[in-house]
Amino acid sequence: MTLVVASIIVFFALEIVPGDPAEVMLGINATDEAVAALRESLGLNKPVLERYFSWTTGMLVGDFGRSYTYSVDVVELVSERVVISLPLALMALALSTAIAIPVGLYAAVRRGKLTDTLVMGLTQLGIAIPNFWFALLLVYVMAIWLQLLPGGGFPGWENGIWNGIKALLLPTVALALPQAAILSRVTRSSLLETLGEDYIRTARAKGLSQRAAVLNHALRNAMIPVVTILGLQFAYLLAGTIIIENVFYLPGLGRLVFQAINLRDLIVVESVVMMLVFAIIVINLIVDLAYAWVDPRLRIRSA
Amino acid sequence: MLAIKDLSLSIGGTPILKDIDLSLEKGRILGVVGESGSGKSMTALSAMQLLPEGSVTSGSIMFEGHSLLGASDTLMQDLRGDDIAMIFQEPMTALNPVHTIGDQIAEGIILHDGAGRQEAETRVHELLNLVGLPPERFPLSRYPHELSGGQRQRVMIAMACAQRPSLLIADEPTTALDVTLQAQILRLLRDLVEQTGMGLMLISHDLAVVAEVTDDIVVIRDGRVLDAGPTGSVLRELKHPYTRQLAEASSHVPAKTRPPVLTADQERVQASPMLELRSVSRVFPTRRKSLWRKEPPFIAVDDVSLTVYPGQSIGLVGESGCGKSTLARMILGLDAPTNGTVHFLGTEFHTANHDEIRDVRKNLQVVFQDPFSSFNPRHKVARLVAEPLYLEPELSNDQKHERVVRALLEVGLDESAMDKYPHEFSGGQRQRLAIARALITRPALIVADEPVSALDVSIRAQVLDLLSELRERLNLAYLFISHDLGVVRAICDEVFVMERGRIVEHDTVAQVFDQPKSDAAKALVRATPDLERALAYRKDVASVEKVELR
Amino acid sequence: MKARSFHQRALNNRNFVVGLVISGMVVALALTSFLWTPYDVTSLEIGSKLQSPSSDHIFGTDHFGRDIFSMIMVGARNSIAVAFVAVVLGLGIGVPIGCWAAANRGIIDEALMRGNDVIFAFPALLSAVIITAIFGPGAINAIIAIGIFNIPVFARLSRGAALALWPRDFILAARAAGKSRSLITIEHIVPNMLNLLVVQGTIAFALGILQEAALAYVGLGTQPPFPSWGKMLNEAQTMMSFAPHMAIFPGLAIVITVLGLNLLGDGLRDLLDPKLARERS
Repeated sequence: MTLVVASIIVFFALEIVPGDPAEVMLGINATDEAVAALRESLGLNKPVLERYFSWTTGMLVGDFGRSYTYSVDVVELVSERVVISLPLALMALALSTAIAIPVGLYAAVRRGKLTDTLVMGLTQLGIAIPNFWFALLLVYVMAIWLQLLPGGGFPGWENGIWNGIKALLLPTVALALPQAAILSRVTRSSLLETLGEDYIRTARAKGLSQRAAVLNHALRNAMIPVVTILGLQFAYLLAGTIIIENVFYLPGLGRLVFQAINLRDLIVVESVVMMLVFAIIVINLIVDLAYAWVDPRLRIRSA
Repeated sequence: MLAIKDLSLSIGGTPILKDIDLSLEKGRILGVVGESGSGKSMTALSAMQLLPEGSVTSGSIMFEGHSLLGASDTLMQDLRGDDIAMIFQEPMTALNPVHTIGDQIAEGIILHDGAGRQEAETRVHELLNLVGLPPERFPLSRYPHELSGGQRQRVMIAMACAQRPSLLIADEPTTALDVTLQAQILRLLRDLVEQTGMGLMLISHDLAVVAEVTDDIVVIRDGRVLDAGPTGSVLRELKHPYTRQLAEASSHVPAKTRPPVLTADQERVQASPMLELRSVSRVFPTRRKSLWRKEPPFIAVDDVSLTVYPGQSIGLVGESGCGKSTLARMILGLDAPTNGTVHFLGTEFHTANHDEIRDVRKNLQVVFQDPFSSFNPRHKVARLVAEPLYLEPELSNDQKHERVVRALLEVGLDESAMDKYPHEFSGGQRQRLAIARALITRPALIVADEPVSALDVSIRAQVLDLLSELRERLNLAYLFISHDLGVVRAICDEVFVMERGRIVEHDTVAQVFDQPKSDAAKALVRATPDLERALAYRKDVASVEKVELR
Repeated sequence: MKARSFHQRALNNRNFVVGLVISGMVVALALTSFLWTPYDVTSLEIGSKLQSPSSDHIFGTDHFGRDIFSMIMVGARNSIAVAFVAVVLGLGIGVPIGCWAAANRGIIDEALMRGNDVIFAFPALLSAVIITAIFGPGAINAIIAIGIFNIPVFARLSRGAALALWPRDFILAARAAGKSRSLITIEHIVPNMLNLLVVQGTIAFALGILQEAALAYVGLGTQPPFPSWGKMLNEAQTMMSFAPHMAIFPGLAIVITVLGLNLLGDGLRDLLDPKLARERS
């Protein structure tokens, strides 16, 4: 449902784009006949609705159409880019979760102590740092100054997985750290809230130590808002890759979109945006399933 | 077994408890009584050593040879849940929503006895049987949200009794429950004390509850013990003025100087009915639980007919969830009935036009249960009390001001209240403000939804007096909604008893109390804690015991 | 606690004071830039290009010889204006939608919130990409893109707050007094969610500055020659190896501004909503 609405918005929004792709492709010196001929061959002279339906039905069977400028199938174009963007987003998500949950837990347990104040100050700073600037600094320190890691470009997975991962390492860190700052704050405040719940007192009254009460009773309840934020963050990470890819000159989906915008290659822009929206919707679905796993109250009773 | 001596406590510099002394032996039940804020819960948490951060204590708490005050965490963790166990007030939040009840009960057993899963499970089965939740009907794999409040409280009790503790602390274990459930839980606790020989410390604000089940009693106010001794003699002799005050307040009946207005009495009821409900039903559609099955819709109110004549005071009683609040909303025109009609002064809300509704609303006002949430915290009293005057746009500002002053005077407040915000008033004063707001349009009928159940007993008595007096002076009719028969008895002429959306009994107050006919009414009457009845019962038991001693 | 005035509590709240001072300084810099900057940001002096920070140019100069400190001052205007208008847009459209949905429930509510979900599925950057593809890059489009993203945020927040308020007794009392839903919304609902809106507004403001910088950085925001922080970082990127100061100072400007606003938001939350503050600390 959301997908259909999104497809309508994306398609018709881009329909009113000023600038005719045929004119852009042929340059300003092209004759009118040549432009008309190209429009014909691209199918641009068909009615809008017909093109919308052929586009959407095409997407359903995996046919995203053909790029005007690259003259290859969009699917092909996208699939060679997605192998960079998706691993990047997933690695960043994993890294940010791996950092944030322990940090949030630690800060919550040591609430009010010096370490808590320190950690929370750092996360406050982390939230304020734009990820692309952080990326620039990383490049300067790690690539230019210390020359430890490559500062940009992508060798391709066929040249060894390790080389590929090495190229994605700095972008991953740049994406993950600001997100980890937000996530650890959410984890901390959510945990603090659950620690004040009656059932924690019940657990303590049963004879559980503070530590056992936190791990067995508070943590899982505290994960409910964290899962929500995680879902949202994946959307931001996907959007974030668009920018980070530009910092590191990674040939991913993000750069594809920008090149396509500049070249008025609508079908590519439409398709990539739709794929991102689709990915975000899938993530939301996973988040809903994760809710049910964490919180039995949300499970559908079968009896 | 438990001896608390000179216990003082302050939290963040604020003194909470001063020199508390009390003791409890095995197999006995000690009642700790006090109004809200008296420090009775903090006394219990001191014994558990689960006080909030920033607490400073002095004195001593001895339990079976251990000194608990300042005991190490390791010692307390060994004792808690094993030798000392505790039950809390709010069964809805005291259980962890993401673990099954079986796991939660077993947790303590595994922790303290190092029992295996299999063994723990067998014990959990026994415990659930003990508290009246047979595992055949309540499998261990249930989650707390699949149980009702009373069932959850039973789970809490099972959890607390898992290790056969020698001391059980129950902090207002029945306050959040309906009276019928309250009676069941109290009986269960008393039986457990008899069977296991543990000591029970029962904390309550309700003197009648304590009178029914305890052996000894301690009365606390402002962190001090005011009165203590065997329950029977303390409550019969009422030596201490505060104990006397509590006892009087809890069995308080406002003086009724005028005879009740009865429907059957045609002479007094010359007028036509003021409020008339004809076969009113309200059905709520239920959420689809799965793709294949549609749950039957929930019938909150089922075919209710009810009449109120001018000047009558009518009670509407029933357990929570019986539909009485939904009914009230329909009477107030806040919700439309699915079937049937509600006529007030001849007008039907959801078919009448704007002007008609305005005329009628002036005569129909409402007082809610919670004095804390019934005022917009951002407005001053003058504006809050004047809100219903929206219905009388013809009034000038001066006239409005004058009406507010009058309404405030009627409820025993004065003009100085007008410039204050609601948070500057106590609970009882706020309920007076709520009544002033209801009076300001000079209504004929006031719908009062549990108007005193959130108040402490002594305040409750004052508010009931006020309501009774106002009725007399202003010739008001009341529709009193309550789960508490004591309140209804004090102030109503006639009672309607509701059960599962239906009216199951309608009669005069005296009749319903003395000879209840329906099961619902019988259960309500039987379960209502009643100080005098409890004492009378105790006297019998005591004389029997004495006879046996000889 | 109750006896102390709002002023006293505010002065004792470290987050609030620090946040207020930082935000105030940034705004002051932006305002000053209308009247005076150390150097003219439009004149190019190739002779003094790529200078490191010195007493003449405290933050150094860029590849066209422009004074970076002056550019940051002028850029502040742009960041603040874009983020502020985007917040106003989100508040102005989102709050009425949320309140309306909460007051009427039913199908309208469902439809509005579904619509919200659709918009919410587009991160601001994605909608900015689409909008820029349509209208071309520019500050106005950045505002629209960020503003559109803010609408569902405020709509959800106000709907949630309103739904929590509707069943409260004082609302029922107002309804029993015969007031209409829209009047109750104006009189009782909105005033009781103001605190939340102020706090969320501050946070959205900070986020807006970050998003504006990101858009400008990838060339979708404010266009040259008008200076903006994101654009400055973009230009600095190719000169990282020999002029790192070009990247460091505009970035610091963003960090400090956002940090100040976030602290201000946290402080306000503590001050305005004692319940929330208790849960957080």
